[in-house]
Amino acid sequence: MRREPAGDVGRAKEMDETVSEFFRRTILKIPMTEMMTILKTWNFLSENQLQTVNFRQRKESLVQDLVLLCEENRASLNDAALLDIIYTQFHRHQKVWDVFQMSKGPGEDIDLFDMEQFKSSFKKILKRALKNVTVSFRDAEENAVWIRIAWGTQYRKPNQYKPAYVVYYSQTPYAFTSSSQLKSNLPLLGQTFETHNSTTPLQERSLGLDINMDSRIIHENKTEKERVQRVTQEIFGDYPQPRLEFAQYKLETKFKSDLNGGILTEREEPLRCLVKFSSPHLLEALKSLAPAGIADAPLSPLLTCIPNKGMNYFKIRDK
Amino acid sequence: MSVLRPLDKLPGLNTATILLVGTEDDLLQQLADAMLKEDCTSELKVHLAKSLPLPASVDRPRIDLIVFVVNLHSRHSLRNVEESLHHVDATFFLGKVSFLATGAGRESHCSIHRNTVVKLAHTYRSPLLFCDLEIEDFRATMAQRLVRTLQICAGHVPGVSALTLLSLLQSSENPSLEDL
Repeated sequence: MRREPAGDVGRAKEMDETVSEFFRRTILKIPMTEMMTILKTWNFLSENQLQTVNFRQRKESLVQDLVLLCEENRASLNDAALLDIIYTQFHRHQKVWDVFQMSKGPGEDIDLFDMEQFKSSFKKILKRALKNVTVSFRDAEENAVWIRIAWGTQYRKPNQYKPAYVVYYSQTPYAFTSSSQLKSNLPLLGQTFETHNSTTPLQERSLGLDINMDSRIIHENKTEKERVQRVTQEIFGDYPQPRLEFAQYKLETKFKSDLNGGILTEREEPLRCLVKFSSPHLLEALKSLAPAGIADAPLSPLLTCIPNKGMNYFKIRDK
Repeated sequence: MSVLRPLDKLPGLNTATILLVGTEDDLLQQLADAMLKEDCTSELKVHLAKSLPLPASVDRPRIDLIVFVVNLHSRHSLRNVEESLHHVDATFFLGKVSFLATGAGRESHCSIHRNTVVKLAHTYRSPLLFCDLEIEDFRATMAQRLVRTLQICAGHVPGVSALTLLSLLQSSENPSLEDL
């Protein structure tokens, strides 16, 4: 018979306390209504394990039970990072994203893209540059990959609570980034990206006119309707617009009038005016203005130049 | 300048044609759909136009009723109707024109005062109807009413003409306090 030494805690915890805490905080973030969906998407805890948990109890106790299960499964930091990515994917709209376009240097060949190779070299490069960094990947729809990066410093372990996200669509030159910290790490991210460019042209998709098939309804202005649809399609394209929430125009011009004289024409100071457009989806709203009959087509280039110029703050001055 | 006249064409057999004029195509389309859902002994035809004058290229039957749709949220839609009215012959306004104002329910979005359309309708001696076309139930009720009016304007209801209907509507409008 072997006497156990006093004060022994029993089976030693396999999981690091910081990782355990990270799990706890991540699961606690998840709203109860999404809990099952997200856990199932994560697919780390089995059906059987989930069935042993009482989902009706208080959230704090539920989270404790789930963390215990994670410990049983010997969950790693990477598993926690994956859960964090999934949570963020469900709540992507709560983040502010910047978009970067990569350009190929002149004379560079077009490489064939290999996702696994990309992931491994991305990770290698970051780890070489920074000693303390956690990099995790999750594939998503349309050849996209979500990359989660937790930054540390030379002397500090990565801060798991302020990660940066990069969503890279491999068949395009675009990458979306979102960061909870200062943007000081962005140049490094930029360098880490190898240039990839797509050679496959975007599939042609015809914008079908939604004219009612009932022959008892006749559109008198059918040609005009078709013209508006065509002009709108030329300007905005077939695909959904990037999600933008506002655009602002500052006007500083002198008053101009055909009439001679008048107080306003004599005014030296330019008139100032601020117009702000806001919408849950501004560019889609602008796209629908002409087809809805609210504005004439083509729209003012001040509105339609937003995606091209990549600007949504404008200052309009006299030439 | 091409002008719409009520009696410049022969009527089609058992056909009643309505012309909806307004800038917001979606609303007109939905109203047209709702009208065509109604049970009706007449053959209905709905023409939708953004504004007048109508393009000469389209072959159309005699128009029995014109409804000008104004969205109270949009001054552009009011201006459009005001300009289109110039292309309608005076004889149309003997019961064959109606005004329809939509959007009154969302008062915070209204940029046109109710009285503006009331005055407009009064100037043209034509009935003004209020209906939030975006709401399905209201739209269905309005569609029913327009179908009945259209049938009368097309002469499909024996004993009632467009002019009779108009005078009935006008006498019951705004009863003065002494009459109550």
